[in-house]
Amino acid sequence: MKEIKILILVLIINIFHSGEALANSFDNLSWFRLDRFNALILLVVFSTVVLFYIRSAKKGKKLFIRKIAGLDAVEEGVGRATEMGRSVLFIPGIDELEEIQTIAGLSILGRVAKVTAQYNTPLLVPVRYPLVLAAAQEAIKGAYLGTGKGENYDSEMARYVAGEQFAFVAAVHGVMHRDKPATNVYMGAFYAESLLLAEEGHESGAIQIAGTANPEQLPFFIAACDYTLMGEELYAASSYLSREPRMLGSLKGQDWMKIFLVVCILLGVLFDTLQIGNGFFYNLFLEQ
Amino acid sequence: MVSAFFSTNPGIANFSQNLLTWVTIVGGISLLLGIVSILKVNIKIISKRSKDWGFKLILVMFVIGMSISGVVWGMGENTPFDWLFQNIQSPMMSTMFSILAFFIASAAYRAFRARTMEATILLVTAVIIMLGRIPLGQYLWNDLPNIADWIMAYPNLAVQRGIIIGAALGAASISLRIILGIERTYMG
Repeated sequence: MKEIKILILVLIINIFHSGEALANSFDNLSWFRLDRFNALILLVVFSTVVLFYIRSAKKGKKLFIRKIAGLDAVEEGVGRATEMGRSVLFIPGIDELEEIQTIAGLSILGRVAKVTAQYNTPLLVPVRYPLVLAAAQEAIKGAYLGTGKGENYDSEMARYVAGEQFAFVAAVHGVMHRDKPATNVYMGAFYAESLLLAEEGHESGAIQIAGTANPEQLPFFIAACDYTLMGEELYAASSYLSREPRMLGSLKGQDWMKIFLVVCILLGVLFDTLQIGNGFFYNLFLEQ
Repeated sequence: MVSAFFSTNPGIANFSQNLLTWVTIVGGISLLLGIVSILKVNIKIISKRSKDWGFKLILVMFVIGMSISGVVWGMGENTPFDWLFQNIQSPMMSTMFSILAFFIASAAYRAFRARTMEATILLVTAVIIMLGRIPLGQYLWNDLPNIADWIMAYPNLAVQRGIIIGAALGAASISLRIILGIERTYMG
């Protein structure tokens, strides 16, 4: 509610600030980009399908979700750390909070923190951006309070270590060398540092679970980690771990959209190969 | 933000741009939060003389030293800040990045061990790509670069696009969950 109030305030300030621009916009009536109509249709269809399945899930319809070995391994990893008396290291990517992969990573952090809270296992979360630090602290705090272990929460579980990419890597290497975490979890947006982190973690003997939607970094994680979540699995992780019907419903909708896109791709290949429609079907999906 | 994508209306575009500017401003101010965090964690370790406190002392000295040099003498060329950046921070970051070459070698050694059918396919493909990218490959067999290009342009790109489409749908789905307030774990 507080966020909505702030947003409305921003909107009012903006309207006053851009009054002239708004007045001009009424004159030239440039309200809608017709060249992006296809994207709008896809957005509406996607949202409708997802909302339909969320609603079905709310009504109690049972939904199947396939096993994701990497996520099943999270509890095993935390259990291992507890038995060894060591910590769990969680890195929610190295990108800013506005990156959706970072938000997905923080959602998983919330679930992982619940498990570490239950087992009383130390949790370390080094971050690269202060806003991510604030969000990570809130996610951990929420998880500890949610499991009734609020007294064990320490705001220094999440800590800002460096703003520069390779300085961040050096700091995390230091943590891996000194504290020897038993389980390393990397979930979020990673770039050139992915192998530097994962290989160092492998050398330290930790069990490693990684997930990213950056396809060029996936081979590095697959080579150096025990479990890797690929692309969409990263975004599905929080739903999978929560098992909340509404969250699972959105996954079902997403899967149907995937089938729809696969059919569109196959039709596109067929039409283009047989030269049907003079490129009409292809043009339907042109990005403007 | 979504409507700004579909509209060329200057008012909506301006509002969207202002929101992005606000994000930058909030991000800049929040840097203080990061500095407080880094000082709080490390000063505690130094004051307790905990393990490796010497490293923390150097870190805190440089955090304060670089901040002071930037504020007092500015961050332009030939300033103390620039000297510290060019002669200490930049070489250290380059060192970290250069380690990647050795890490790639060790990870590739593990990944390419032909223990299973999949690992053998990976090994053969990797050898073709690596040889196809260097003059020796063309010297050995004239068509090797073409085969490498075909692997990159068709099977590799097809798989990458599959992952990208799945990830894009996943990103759209989680965005919808956040907008609807279903996904709130990241907020605590």
